Amino acid sequence: MALGLAQRGFRGRITAISVSPEASDLPVGELERRLIELGFTEGAQVEILHEGLFGRDPIAVRVNDATVAIRRREAMAILVS
Amino acid sequence: MTAVAESGPLHFALIGTPNSGKTALFNALTGSRQKVANYPGVTVERKSGMLQTPGGHSVNLIDLPGTYSLRARSPDEEVTRDFVLGRFASEATPDLLLCVADATNLRLALRLVLELKHVGRPILLVLNMIDIARRRGIDIDLARMTAELGVPVITAAAVRRGGTDDLMRRLDELAASAAGARETTAWKQPTASELRAAQREADRILAAAVKMPAKPDTLTTRLDAVLLHPVAGLIILLAILFVMFQAVFTWAQPLMDLINAGFNALGALAHSTLPEGLLQSFVENGVISGVGSVIVFLPQILILFLFILLLEDLGYMARAAFLMDRIMGGAGLHGRAFIPLLSSFACAIPGIMATRVIDNPRDRLTTILVAPLMTCSARIPVYTLIISAFIPSKTIWGFANLQGVVMFGLYAAGIVSALGVSALAKFVFWRESPTPPFMLELPDYKLPRPRSVLMGVYTRAKMFLHRAGTTIFSMMVLIWFLASFPRPPAGATGPAIDYSLASWIGHALEPALAPIGFNWQINVALIPGMAAREVAVAALGTVYAIEGGKENAAQIGQALAHHWPLATALSVLVWYIFAPQCASTLAVIKRETGSWKWMALTFGYMLALAYVASFITWHVAVALGAG
Repeated sequence: MALGLAQRGFRGRITAISVSPEASDLPVGELERRLIELGFTEGAQVEILHEGLFGRDPIAVRVNDATVAIRRREAMAILVS
Repeated sequence: MTAVAESGPLHFALIGTPNSGKTALFNALTGSRQKVANYPGVTVERKSGMLQTPGGHSVNLIDLPGTYSLRARSPDEEVTRDFVLGRFASEATPDLLLCVADATNLRLALRLVLELKHVGRPILLVLNMIDIARRRGIDIDLARMTAELGVPVITAAAVRRGGTDDLMRRLDELAASAAGARETTAWKQPTASELRAAQREADRILAAAVKMPAKPDTLTTRLDAVLLHPVAGLIILLAILFVMFQAVFTWAQPLMDLINAGFNALGALAHSTLPEGLLQSFVENGVISGVGSVIVFLPQILILFLFILLLEDLGYMARAAFLMDRIMGGAGLHGRAFIPLLSSFACAIPGIMATRVIDNPRDRLTTILVAPLMTCSARIPVYTLIISAFIPSKTIWGFANLQGVVMFGLYAAGIVSALGVSALAKFVFWRESPTPPFMLELPDYKLPRPRSVLMGVYTRAKMFLHRAGTTIFSMMVLIWFLASFPRPPAGATGPAIDYSLASWIGHALEPALAPIGFNWQINVALIPGMAAREVAVAALGTVYAIEGGKENAAQIGQALAHHWPLATALSVLVWYIFAPQCASTLAVIKRETGSWKWMALTFGYMLALAYVASFITWHVAVALGAG
């Protein structure tokens, strides 16, 4: 499933980065590379630590040993299990 | 220092991921020998400083904008890429890449090092904040990491006394050998699969060389449970902002009064020492009050930047952006735009300078564009003068004072129009360019170091005085010139300003401003009001021949109530919400964006808004019988 749909408290591992065109205004390959540069790579452990008040957006995600804030829209490209 | 000294100083570049403590290291290595300028053609700050190695080599250290990759995605990161690759015609190719990494958070930094190896310049990896890593029980095998990475690794603690001694010695050795070894760069944009492979390699090295403690540090997690709580977090953010706003507004006041009094005394001294005439007027009204009207903002700017730098160093700024992202996003603004816009209630100048915390240039420009719409403190004297003269102090709706309601309405109109303009900018200007995604690392909380914070405040203060001082000062002199020339003829009876270019312009503007209900006296007052909005109060006093300036506001108010219909008063109030009535703000916009285009655009759209809004106000008021 997509990390963008997960609830606060979700823990899992990244299985794939798969960007669909509606996930971002950026070119498809660009979002994928930015996500990787922030540490979202296959096999990394993720946990949703916090969410915003409105629309539970954005989310704060623990990726291995770092914390990254990201909007749910872009997090739709991160597939987790 | 033989061969090296002859071929000029060496150039070492500091490069690293955001939050790696790069700036703290830069401060520790160069001390106060720093130069801040802009790169040619872009608004990115260029920070450099000279350092002397123990062996006597001179090294020019350049602090590059933080980045996760050389694959530049913003103008800041383009500067980093072009500098590292030696593509800047005006800059030397760096002799050494000093790659800075947070020793407690190495994963992404190691991937960056692997990418930098392709550049073909000598690299030294500095594990900064090693003191914090050791305290947390993070065990780093330096020999293993050096061997695995193929890059020398050294530790540092930028904020500790003596924390950079090892690094300095190493830089000395490298300075002795660095000249020469030049390879052509093999760097090209990595593809997604190359990035993945590099991150896998970085993860492997991390696993081999770094042992994380069994019990991780949970302080940040525990603090975030409160500070990032959807409801409590927002309340705390608002409380912090409230304190900050209070501080900028009230703590600065005594200092500002002191500066004002100082310049007034200086002006009075000039008035009494110099013989009456042109020189006296120039020194008193042009130079002293011109410089004074700039310097008076300094306390507000210092306090504001003290707060911003403290929050930034603490690691809270990224959290504030997280909390505000959705709320600001509705108006097409970035989460980080909140603080600059709030500061603009005090004065747009520090507000516009504070937009530097927004890294995306598009978001930053939008924020700069709308910041002058926030009701700054210089509008207050104008508002209070007109409100107390024209709006009756009566209770409405059973509890509210009408004067207070009008004042609140003026503030609200400023906020609503700022949000409206930024939303419009999003759909008009930036329609073509994609919405930048909000992705940002939330660093661990760290105690700010006073020395580093003070150094930052000092740099800002210096920059403000230098940058704003030169441009604003020349504008002040221009305005003085317009209000003073030509001199009144011998035996003239009216106030001097009636005979000046300003008065001529005021009369010339009459056909243009009559449709919004302005008479020529208002037009004349608008010109010195460009120096600072509150000066318009004194100028109105002058044109209505009332002595005593600002201190005599009550008397001026009576004169206005006598001369103006209510419709004109309302039109002037509305004009002041929108009009670009501040030369200093325009000068700072020019400075901060590095372009006349953005200054002209701000001036143009604000003028258009002011004219249309005043036009509607006047006509509606006249139609309702207030003419």
